Amino acid sequence: MSFLVDSVIMFTSQVLFFGFGWLFFMRQLFKDYEVRQYVVQVVFSVTFAFSCTMFELIIFEILGALSSSSRYFHWKLNLYVILLVLIFVVPFYIGYFVVSNIRLLQRQRLLFACMVWFTFMYFFWKLGDPFPILSPKHGILSIEQLISRVGVIGVTLMALLSGFGAVNCPYTYMSYFLRNVTDSDILALERRLLQTMDMIVSKKKRIAMTRRQMYQRGEDQNKQTGFWGMIKSVTSTQTGSENLSLIQQEVDALEELSRQLFLETVDLQSTKERIEYSKTFQGKYFNFLGYFFSIYCVWKIFMATINIVFDRVGKTDPVTRGIEITVNYLGIQFDVKFWSQHISFILVGIIIVTSIRGLLITLTKFFYAISSSKSSNVIVLVLAQIMGMYFVSSVLLMRMSMPLEYRSIVTEVLGELQFNFYHRWFDVIFLVSALSSILFLYLAHKQAPEKHMAL
Amino acid sequence: MASLDRVKVLVLGDSGVGKSSLVHLLCQNQVLGNPSWTVGCSVDVRVQDYKEGTPEEKTYYIELWDVGGSVGSASSVKSTRAVFYNSVNGIILVHDLTNKKSSQNLYRWSLEALNKDSSPTGVIVSNGDYDREQFAENPVPLLLIGTKFDQIPENKRNEVLTRTAFLSEDFNAEEINLHISFPFSLQMTGFTDRKRFNFKSLHYD
Repeated sequence: MSFLVDSVIMFTSQVLFFGFGWLFFMRQLFKDYEVRQYVVQVVFSVTFAFSCTMFELIIFEILGALSSSSRYFHWKLNLYVILLVLIFVVPFYIGYFVVSNIRLLQRQRLLFACMVWFTFMYFFWKLGDPFPILSPKHGILSIEQLISRVGVIGVTLMALLSGFGAVNCPYTYMSYFLRNVTDSDILALERRLLQTMDMIVSKKKRIAMTRRQMYQRGEDQNKQTGFWGMIKSVTSTQTGSENLSLIQQEVDALEELSRQLFLETVDLQSTKERIEYSKTFQGKYFNFLGYFFSIYCVWKIFMATINIVFDRVGKTDPVTRGIEITVNYLGIQFDVKFWSQHISFILVGIIIVTSIRGLLITLTKFFYAISSSKSSNVIVLVLAQIMGMYFVSSVLLMRMSMPLEYRSIVTEVLGELQFNFYHRWFDVIFLVSALSSILFLYLAHKQAPEKHMAL
Repeated sequence: MASLDRVKVLVLGDSGVGKSSLVHLLCQNQVLGNPSWTVGCSVDVRVQDYKEGTPEEKTYYIELWDVGGSVGSASSVKSTRAVFYNSVNGIILVHDLTNKKSSQNLYRWSLEALNKDSSPTGVIVSNGDYDREQFAENPVPLLLIGTKFDQIPENKRNEVLTRTAFLSEDFNAEEINLHISFPFSLQMTGFTDRKRFNFKSLHYD
């Protein structure tokens, strides 16, 4: 009986998540495009719904809601479905839509889509070889094989995004890094841009007029007969076309310049807006947060380095450690069990919400930047794939943040994976990503004022 | 040569509707082989004989300013785009007949271009509701062009044509729908001879 009630609760929440994913798709991602293929929207919402259900199950685990057997059942069910979606459905549809876009292969779409899927499966399988992720007692067709590989990809993605985000966040929040831009700078650039456009226009007018004259002369040419007429026509058209190609080259160079100027002007305008924003109350608040986050970022990089160098794997989670510290050093006595449950609930809840929100925002930005009306379907499916893998691996990694009694269910459901490997891999990729982002931002920051000065 | 009068026409529309291909076709009389994203603004010029064959014949340079980007761009991009909207003689609004959203976004495009003078930063402050009155007394003539007509299946063509007729009424604009079919021909519904397409609509009062 309780199993039925639990299942109804789970199902209702899944429908809610599905609806949320649907709305997000329509309102945010696809707000400039027309949805032609509803399959894409459904697949996206299903991936989102099942990923969120996993997080919900963790919360239920901590809170002790629903009975433990039904929780276990739903965990397993959810896991199978999401693996099915991530490994079979989404890659197949990606292959299908990519193939549909290529005109040559239109006829045999299904066949080519299957071929693409098999190639994907081959590489996916090969991915597991260089990593020590499985113990030999697992068979070839076990669920651990699939999860371990999905975990590797997802953890890499998480670490990359995390590393870049940790560095980029203080860089964008803090106004220390903002270059000083005045209105006159912007006006000067705009004037240069318009001047370049005028030069392009006048050269194009010359080209158009020359071509028109050549065309008209060409018609007259046919009427001119005789030896001298032919010689005259050869020489005049030659100089005409030589001139044209010269002017055309100048026009190409000017057009490239106009594009550069346009991009620089946009850059200056956005910097000016950010400066104005930083003077407001909200801006000041974010600036302060920026300092806080930069300290956090430095600490995380430091911890990642220590973990790798000393080959250290944390045994206790932050909640239990925090409680230990307060109990032992500060001498405050309180009910450990009660508080550890609530604090881990809050901590895990915050981690889940911020990671979902952060991922959705990043995906949206990414989507706006690279999609076009032809490729929007493919890109959304790729994003759904990334999202699914990201969420699965965050469940994997979250295991470390939970006290021992809650970890067991995750260990049981996901099978015996080498969890320590995943944490080590996360640290390595995080370090690499954070350091290269620092380098990249430093170079970009240095280059920009030089370009600006050269104007 | 440079003493001919100039007419500046903006070509506006969402990304990917075919503005660059259209401009290239009108000015170079060739189909654009490898269309790519327009960054900023690309201009092309066409020499046009206005009222050809009549005693009032006059030759003009028609500058087609093809402005790239989308309506949802950041306000920094919009402010920068606004420099191109100075002293415009006419606007061509391009939308993709296979994508309804591109038609809906045309309202916002026209507001962006026409309202440029009313707000100093060039950023639109309207709530998105367009007003027909605004377009009725609008001194700048508009031409509505729908592209990719050939990509619409036969049974849906009437529906699409009705929808675009309403759209052009709203803008108080002339309307042309284009087939750009492979490989090198441009057919327009309603205009049989391409050479006679002479921008008559740019000279409304």
